[in-house]
Amino acid sequence: MAKKVAFLQGNEAAAQGALYAGCTFFGGYPITPSTEVAEVMSVELPKIGGKFIQMEDEIGAMASVIGASLTGAKVLTATSGPGLSLKQELIGYACIAETPCVIVNVMRGGPSTGMPTGPSQSDVMCAKWGTHGDHPAICLTPASVQELFEETVRAFNLAEKYRTPVMVMPDEIVAHMRERIVFPEPGELEVINRTAPSVAPAEYKPYDTSFGDVPPLAAFGSDYRFHVTGLNKGQDGFPTTKAAWVQAEEERQVRKVEANVDDIVQFEEYELADAEVAIVAYGSTSRSARFAVNEARKQGIKAGLFRIKTFWPFPEKQIAALAGKVKAFITPEMNLGMCTGEVKRCAEGKAAVHGIFRVDGEPINPGQILEKIKEVK
Amino acid sequence: MSFDYDKYIRPGKLPHIWCPGCGHGIVMKGLIRAIDTLGLQKNNTAIVSGIGCASRLPGYMDFCTLHTAHGRAAAFATGVKMAKPEMNVILVGGDGDGTAIGGNHFIHACRRNIDMTYIIMNNNIYGMTGGQFSPCTPTGAKASTTVYGNPDPAFDVAKLAIGAGATFVARGTAYHATQIDKLIAEAIQHKGFSVVEILDDCPTTYGRRNKFKSVIEMMNRLKDIAVPVKAAEKMTAEQLEGKILTGVLYKEERPNYTDEYAKVIERAKK
Repeated sequence: MAKKVAFLQGNEAAAQGALYAGCTFFGGYPITPSTEVAEVMSVELPKIGGKFIQMEDEIGAMASVIGASLTGAKVLTATSGPGLSLKQELIGYACIAETPCVIVNVMRGGPSTGMPTGPSQSDVMCAKWGTHGDHPAICLTPASVQELFEETVRAFNLAEKYRTPVMVMPDEIVAHMRERIVFPEPGELEVINRTAPSVAPAEYKPYDTSFGDVPPLAAFGSDYRFHVTGLNKGQDGFPTTKAAWVQAEEERQVRKVEANVDDIVQFEEYELADAEVAIVAYGSTSRSARFAVNEARKQGIKAGLFRIKTFWPFPEKQIAALAGKVKAFITPEMNLGMCTGEVKRCAEGKAAVHGIFRVDGEPINPGQILEKIKEVK
Repeated sequence: MSFDYDKYIRPGKLPHIWCPGCGHGIVMKGLIRAIDTLGLQKNNTAIVSGIGCASRLPGYMDFCTLHTAHGRAAAFATGVKMAKPEMNVILVGGDGDGTAIGGNHFIHACRRNIDMTYIIMNNNIYGMTGGQFSPCTPTGAKASTTVYGNPDPAFDVAKLAIGAGATFVARGTAYHATQIDKLIAEAIQHKGFSVVEILDDCPTTYGRRNKFKSVIEMMNRLKDIAVPVKAAEKMTAEQLEGKILTGVLYKEERPNYTDEYAKVIERAKK
């Protein structure tokens, strides 16, 4: 049987990916340029008995998805820059309470209201450092409509597998462009569900590390009763200020992601085998970069592309290894150097890092990157 | 035979954090009696709170308990109730948590008429942070941030709830302990968003700054100002000056949110 093919917008693909992953609850608040995610979910969820709610504000939307997740549902919210700033309070809550949830954040200009309809990549640091305190961060930066679908499915898998919030961050170009998408058949992409407790209700502890760094999560309204708090907690879920417990729990929360980077981090290497100049790019900018690499090769310049798919955890090992091989990195991005700083950190001075930054609401075009390749080769 | 509260308290979680003379424990006992009267199942009942002294209540209770962030109880609880409408969802918290930082979530829960019960313990102050004035601190009163007297007017929580669309609104006091469980039980039974405001006391951070010599004096004040709605009908405006009405203040039948959403599902499936 021929697969279902469609001409779909990025945001619509994110919503379809969520449904494929088994999402049954969406809590949101309208914000450009992410609203199509909410619109599709409002149409599709009730058809499968799922729930859509438009909350009173961004914080409320985040709260509603955490509440729903604790009943066992797979949950999604969608937002953009200013909304992401507001949601940070409860993204931190989801981190410490270890509640799976997926946040699609479409990157537009900022800070503050910025340029609501212009593309940007300036939320990538907010994905890791936006909420206060030490906490894990997973952030995916897809570059096409097809990939936005697939990475949203993967975001749900990672959220459920590691009991943590996961962000999918397309820039506005990826979110609003329309492309051909081939829908995977049910079962074709892996779908991971959270691990249910195996102990009797009386023995259940929501943060029981005897089951490893990601303890099983029970559901409200099942046979299990437990306590959830945003305070530092012990393995039983109740608040504690006991130094040894707090330290151990904080470290585990970060370790469950950091110790599994090989499972989480995905990237694409293009023409890097003999490259002397490596472009590190993500999202729509990586599409311009690929075009520039092809043009450079035609002109006999050994250029290649390292395309970041998982922005957090950052592909540190891979960039460090590349730094020992190439003469220079070029880092085009629609912000003033957020990824560039990370590449410099990983390169440790072994290769020069040249940024191309645009925050004027215009995309970085291939010509601009090609020019830089010629300059630094 | 005396009532067995321990049946509903998590083993090992007492003593509570509340100061001697605080009314929150009286409200918790009232809630437990109401739950017992209605026979609510522990596994099927979520108790959700925000941040503050009153919001520590769920931790002591042997139910599905969710201690959220400051002011966010109603929004978290809305997610729980939407995802599992068959669960009983009870919210608890203080006046600062519910009417200041949580004010938006509060009024929208009222507007949706989502079938949950919200118990607001109104002690007129932010207690946990040391006694700063709240939206429910009376004008002129002293708080750690209004040492010259509070210039702000106060919210009437019940009027706010009624105005925002709550379909059951009641008020009691920590002094009238035996009335609390009856009001809460009626609120939980009501289909829709119900609000029970309990006028409470904070001797530690409010009483000592506002010339209350003892907890007994604070409790006596609650006794003196409370007038049951029925009794108030026969009283003149002059007689009601400075008094606060207690009992069931408002009740109406209106479609509740999760039932309405079930109809959305039916329509979508056609």
